[in-house]
Amino acid sequence: MKIGVPKELHADEKRVATTPDVAAQLMKLGFTVTVESGAGDSASFSDEAFKAAGCDIAATADSIWSDSDIILKVRAPEEAEAAKLKASQTLISFVWPGQNTPLLEQLTATGATVMAMDSVPRISRAQKMDALSSMANIGGYRAVVEAAQHFGRFFTGQITAAGKIPPAKVMVIGAGVAGLAAIGAAKSLGAIVRAFDTRPEVKEQVESMDAEFLMLDFEDEEGGAGEGGYAKVMSEEFIKAEMALFAEQAEEVDIIITTALIPGKPAPKLITAEMVESMKDGSVIVDLAAEQGGNCELTEKNEVVKRHGVTIIGYTDLPSRLAAQSSQLYATNLRHLLTDLTPEKDGNINVDMEDEVIRGATICHLGETTWPPPAPKLSAAPQQAAPAPAPVEKEEEKRSFAGPLIAMAIGGIALLGLGAVAPPSFMAHFTVFVLACFVGYMVIWNVTAALHTPLMSVTNAISSIIIIGALLQISSADPVIKWIAVGTVLITSINITGGFAVTRRMLDMFRK
Amino acid sequence: MLSLNEGTITAAYIAATILFILALGGLSNQETARRGNWYGITGMAIALVATIFGKVTGNYALLVGALLIGATIGLLLARRVQMTQMPELVAILHSLVGAAAVFVGFASFMDPNTSYTGVEKTIHNIEIYVGILIGAVTFSGSVIAFGKLSGRIGGSPMLLPARHWLNLLLLLGAIWFGREFVMQAAAGGGMQPLIIMTVLALLFGIHMVMAIGGADMPVVVSMLNSYSGWAASATGFMLSNDLLIVTGALVGSSGAILSYIMCRAMNRKFLNVIAGGFGTGGGASAAGGGEQEGEISPVNADETAAMLADAKEVMIIPGYGMAVAQAQHTVYEITKALRAKKVNVRFGIHPVAGRMPGHMNVLLAEAKVPYDIVFEMDEINEDFPDVDVSVVIGANDIVNPSAQEEPDSPIAGMPVLECWKGKTTIVLKRSMATGYAGVQNPLFFKENTRMLFGDAKETLDQVLKDLT
Repeated sequence: MKIGVPKELHADEKRVATTPDVAAQLMKLGFTVTVESGAGDSASFSDEAFKAAGCDIAATADSIWSDSDIILKVRAPEEAEAAKLKASQTLISFVWPGQNTPLLEQLTATGATVMAMDSVPRISRAQKMDALSSMANIGGYRAVVEAAQHFGRFFTGQITAAGKIPPAKVMVIGAGVAGLAAIGAAKSLGAIVRAFDTRPEVKEQVESMDAEFLMLDFEDEEGGAGEGGYAKVMSEEFIKAEMALFAEQAEEVDIIITTALIPGKPAPKLITAEMVESMKDGSVIVDLAAEQGGNCELTEKNEVVKRHGVTIIGYTDLPSRLAAQSSQLYATNLRHLLTDLTPEKDGNINVDMEDEVIRGATICHLGETTWPPPAPKLSAAPQQAAPAPAPVEKEEEKRSFAGPLIAMAIGGIALLGLGAVAPPSFMAHFTVFVLACFVGYMVIWNVTAALHTPLMSVTNAISSIIIIGALLQISSADPVIKWIAVGTVLITSINITGGFAVTRRMLDMFRK
Repeated sequence: MLSLNEGTITAAYIAATILFILALGGLSNQETARRGNWYGITGMAIALVATIFGKVTGNYALLVGALLIGATIGLLLARRVQMTQMPELVAILHSLVGAAAVFVGFASFMDPNTSYTGVEKTIHNIEIYVGILIGAVTFSGSVIAFGKLSGRIGGSPMLLPARHWLNLLLLLGAIWFGREFVMQAAAGGGMQPLIIMTVLALLFGIHMVMAIGGADMPVVVSMLNSYSGWAASATGFMLSNDLLIVTGALVGSSGAILSYIMCRAMNRKFLNVIAGGFGTGGGASAAGGGEQEGEISPVNADETAAMLADAKEVMIIPGYGMAVAQAQHTVYEITKALRAKKVNVRFGIHPVAGRMPGHMNVLLAEAKVPYDIVFEMDEINEDFPDVDVSVVIGANDIVNPSAQEEPDSPIAGMPVLECWKGKTTIVLKRSMATGYAGVQNPLFFKENTRMLFGDAKETLDQVLKDLT
């Protein structure tokens, strides 16, 4: 089948839906790839590079839309583009069907199959095609770069001949993919990073990136994880406590990066005008939620504004500002999806509606709207780990209390009984025996685990001390006893020399 | 020939006892261990010389001949044995101690010169009986263990129907014949019940070890080690010889502690191991965790080499599979290559890795891996979060996360090496077969696990080639 990649129409869109590298891999799946001339220019992929990878170059978008079986795009199709779509074609791009109902209706009416990269379910198997995560990762990274651009100081602390420079303090709100990427980028620039999230289970992830997780003084039993691992709307008291924390932090930090989004809802307003006012002059706020209205009251979508001495960045096209990188990741996500769609690797896609991932991504098929898909089965993070091993331990504790007592009592009685009947000579030997057992116990616990094998071979050698029994009998006049004793001496001496020699051999091998 | 008086002999025995204790004490670390072995040899020599010159009154030629032949065989065995065959050698040596105990017991019973009467005679006869009993169980058990370890007998447990009842029956039989024996011996007879008991004890030894599977061998080997000690101790009682009693008790408690350590490392009860099989007491859960979801991600040798070369912290976790494939030398070559690239390579050893206590340490030592980069599980289990790449070579159950995560898994609660907490784990395996416990290993399906299929030696050779 023929894959076509048109140039993105949206004015500020620099990304392209495939790269020369990925195109070459798509051809291995049996597809042919045609790219509109100039489609990759703004992402630094020239027509020549595509040609070198084996792609055809089409002069106009029209020929792509008319000749291709599969069309790959980044942004949702414009109305004019959707009008060109035919029933036999498959379109794969971001669509946001939830926000673009008229577009969804228009696409359904064409009878084409449309797969939305934003609808790929968030399950482990589909991570490799999770374009939202790829883009969020880039957005988080770019947010820090933008902040650095507008922040008049170093991120890292330094002590120079010209004086001491304190490190910048960064607060990241929302530790999703974008938040974590921002934490990582800010951290590697040398800043002190703090992060907040309503979902307590991300604390570990935040701390694993060497950032500080801001805890709320708040008894929250539910946690903030909603369906599919996203955040959900929190209770009023929680939000109050949260706002108090932000107000306190705002006075202290230099840079705030907000990434708080709740699916299908306007972004929560977390940074009020007063908080912005309380921030130091020269501080920077990067609002990654600007598209959904912004986490900061003063954010203006797609603009950089200065309010109360604080720069507020409201770009919504951060991934596009890192076009080569995001094109490459997005194209790879697409390739993974196409690989799953082409199990035979013969260049023919098979939209298998039984497959959870493909089903989830498909928003319209054969003239019918198939969005939203049935809910995915599993949340990404288990809310409560099973407290399994605890009861077992308790049981053992109880037993260990009664066990030795009973054992001691039985042992004592047995010892008394033995003493009552046995002659003194036996009891003398028995004393030696019991003491030796304890000496052995003390000595052996000190043996290092690495030397357990030599321990066995050396104990084996010394247990051949039983040879003394045979030596006592070897002088017997009775030939049967004599020969038994000779045989015993023979086998025990094998043991003595063998045991000691092999122990020595092993011990010689242990070297630093 | 010069002869020593009773006091001198006792003094010599005391010296030997002390030297034996020092020999075991020396094993507390690698530096003193070699000296400890010499203490043991000296102690044995003193005891032998004292006994030969003090107690033996004739048949010197036979004595020296037997000693020399035995010593030659022993030295040859020790020199020829491969380090991977160590468990077999130890098992067969145990059987010799058992056999010796049986022989000495019979000879002592037949010796007309003993002049015990009354209670002393009864006690002496019980001592003979017990000595032979333990000796016979040790002997036949060790022979079977040898067979299993050397692959002459299949490693899977042989579970007879009603085997617990069979064991009980054998035990009751041993007690009953013991009573018979003491009663008949008081009247001058007793050989018949003694022989019947010996046969029963031999059968018991066979049956006991046959029922135990391959991965439980560390417990069996150390248990037989313990038995051989108790057999020597019982013989000491029989002969009223304190040196034998003490030495036997030292060895016996040593083996018992080893068995305990091994059982704890598998989170199993000693009786449960001895009774044989897996999950026999646990009921229905043996098949638990059978269904696994998720995908495995295979890698090949050059990717593995690249991952190792890029890592800063590498942990190698060897298992029995490394011994089987004889891969320890290649492992060390890889270690050397990585250390030359400033990669910090360490080894993590689970207590029951391999077929006998300390098996892996000996194999690594043979390959000249310095022992200060070889660590016990408890020493390094905390460090896994900082490890970039863990390499699991031929191990399965000892790295199974379900021991911690699934309360109804047959291996639940067993301490395991938590390699999945590291950044990446590479598992070398011949196929996707389950480990000894028959439990599927969720480790293989973890996102940060890569599977490297093939014979451990061949694939590691390939990795080494790609590294250098």
